[in-house]
Amino acid sequence: MSQARKLYAGADIGASRTKVVLIDEDRKICGHATEKSGTDFTQTSERCLRLALAMAGTGKESIAGAVSTGYGRKNVAFSNDTKTEIACHARGCFHYFPEAITIIDIGGQDNKIIKIDGTGRRTAFKMNRKCAAGTGAFLEEMAMRLDIPLEDMNGLAELSTDMVKLGSYCTVFSGTEVLENIRHGKKVEDIVKGLFYSVIIRIVEMDSFTDTVVFTGGVIAHNRFMAEMAREILGKEILIPEHPQLTGALGAALYALHDDETEMLGKMDF
Amino acid sequence: MVEEKEIVIRRLNTARDLGKFMSEYYYELDAASKSGDKKIAWCTSVGPAEILRGLGFLVYFPETHSAMLGTTRMATELIPVANAIGYSPEICSYLTADVGAFLRNVTPLSKAFPGIEKVPRPDVLVYNTNQCRDVQDWFAFYAHRFNVPLLGINSYRGVGDVTGSHLASIKMQLENLIEPLEKIMGKKFDMDLFREAVKLSRECSDLWEQTLATASAKPSPLSFFDGTTLMGPAVVGRGTEAANNCYRMLNSELRERVDKGIGVIDNEKHRIYWDGMPVWGRLGQHSKLFAGLGANVIASTYCSSWIFSALDPKDPFESMARAYTELFIVRDDNYKENYIRNKLDFFDVDGVVYHNSRTCPNNTNCLYGMHQRLEKETGIPSLVIDGDLNDLRCLSDEQTRTNVEAFIEQLEENA
Repeated sequence: MSQARKLYAGADIGASRTKVVLIDEDRKICGHATEKSGTDFTQTSERCLRLALAMAGTGKESIAGAVSTGYGRKNVAFSNDTKTEIACHARGCFHYFPEAITIIDIGGQDNKIIKIDGTGRRTAFKMNRKCAAGTGAFLEEMAMRLDIPLEDMNGLAELSTDMVKLGSYCTVFSGTEVLENIRHGKKVEDIVKGLFYSVIIRIVEMDSFTDTVVFTGGVIAHNRFMAEMAREILGKEILIPEHPQLTGALGAALYALHDDETEMLGKMDF
Repeated sequence: MVEEKEIVIRRLNTARDLGKFMSEYYYELDAASKSGDKKIAWCTSVGPAEILRGLGFLVYFPETHSAMLGTTRMATELIPVANAIGYSPEICSYLTADVGAFLRNVTPLSKAFPGIEKVPRPDVLVYNTNQCRDVQDWFAFYAHRFNVPLLGINSYRGVGDVTGSHLASIKMQLENLIEPLEKIMGKKFDMDLFREAVKLSRECSDLWEQTLATASAKPSPLSFFDGTTLMGPAVVGRGTEAANNCYRMLNSELRERVDKGIGVIDNEKHRIYWDGMPVWGRLGQHSKLFAGLGANVIASTYCSSWIFSALDPKDPFESMARAYTELFIVRDDNYKENYIRNKLDFFDVDGVVYHNSRTCPNNTNCLYGMHQRLEKETGIPSLVIDGDLNDLRCLSDEQTRTNVEAFIEQLEENA
């Protein structure tokens, strides 16, 4: 293990999952971990850090800086600074796609639309209203109603031949609609595709989309078929980064690296 | 772990004097209610208070009471009481909180002013629908409960240019109030007293305008969050010399702060304009949230709504009609856009926060695309936060915090 190796940690403590990413000075991901956030954010983030460090083959002493983000951003013991998840997703996505983009992040508890220009400057953002529509929580609730494992949803949606459209944007009302469709003998795969459609529509109606669209977040990471559907609905190409669930944590790590570089520059005698 | 920064918010000394004014105001009403020696009129916040003062009524404003239900966070538990008797959770939460408090026989006045057990009993209720239609329904509830007369002005909405026909109608409605009010009061309307009330009201308006204008200084000596409570005397006391004295003292302190370069917060990096109602139950929390990010919310549409520059004692009825029809809240979106644009310019604002208040669409200006139009025209970025004036069930503190922090980050990164 090289003593000179410097790594930068980004921790994204989401409502559903905690993600930690380690990058080196060349901005390459060399370790990452994802776990359920649970009820003790500090412990979960520490656990994720240990796992990410093990993947990177190094120890805590390599960490030259750390930034945390997400709902639990203030609960991360090893963090030197915090940033909002909006800033971090923007930074993480621009790393992969350095152009004017509109990011759609679908998380467990909320979704975000973030617009950045060709220089990486954030120009606008929106979050969903206080409602589960268009979020992972909506799919979790519906998977429970349909009595199917969450991880089976993507495969089921792909099998659909006659999608069931759900009209309501309220999770409770949608649940009733799902029950009604089950009663009428509709196929589970057609209902699941309808649920995916509902999530996309709830997001599409939040804003207008002119630039290239990038999808991120845990929902898209585990349900890639949703991106195909979005491509059809929006009528434009959808980009997905290599690790869509990790872009927030990656953005945080990039901030940590940037902070360190800025500090180093400040110490230089020109 | 990232350490929380210490947040400095400088309180104004004269806030205590304004608090004393409010205390005397409520004790006077309470004494009159108990003794019955003075008649009490309930009036909507931008109702015809000057006419009521011209007849010698003590004037009580339920909207201020509802704001107190909000700041004390009593409202959220009381709103369902009104919901249960048929008042929807979707309508004005000032109305539902106030009606709920009445039905539960509780009032925040008891906590603030020992000895006051209930709101003063009205002899008449007078509304102006320039605020919204809800005030009429709100007052109708009490007219039924107290079995007292309900009078009112029905205002125009979506007004572009204020025309002669608008003014003629409102003036006539104002004049038509006199006869029934004389009967209730048992004495003739005193034109001199009325003119005096209009004169004092105008002075109050001018003084309040000067108060708010001090926020154009850099750093601003005043914040929107201060303004929401400092405006108390301008709402309940307009038309009285005592209210005007409050603002003379306040303005003197604010001018001193400006002269010495003292801001309400340390390190004012971003100047924010607030549109929409305050979230009364989160005033302190929001104040600290912005201050902690080096952002000062310096001005608002809401606090400016008690500026009535048209009032003129030489022509009291006509000028009242004009003042209460020129109000921001009753105007069309073209007027509102221009109004906000001028404020952004005057206060040299870096960002705008629109509060989308669930139960107050009339005071919410981001429902018909105006926020996006203004952002495009001015280049000043904006943020919409979801919430409510009184019903804390309609807001997520975490989402608000993330939204505000992300917005300030954006301002910082793009500075």
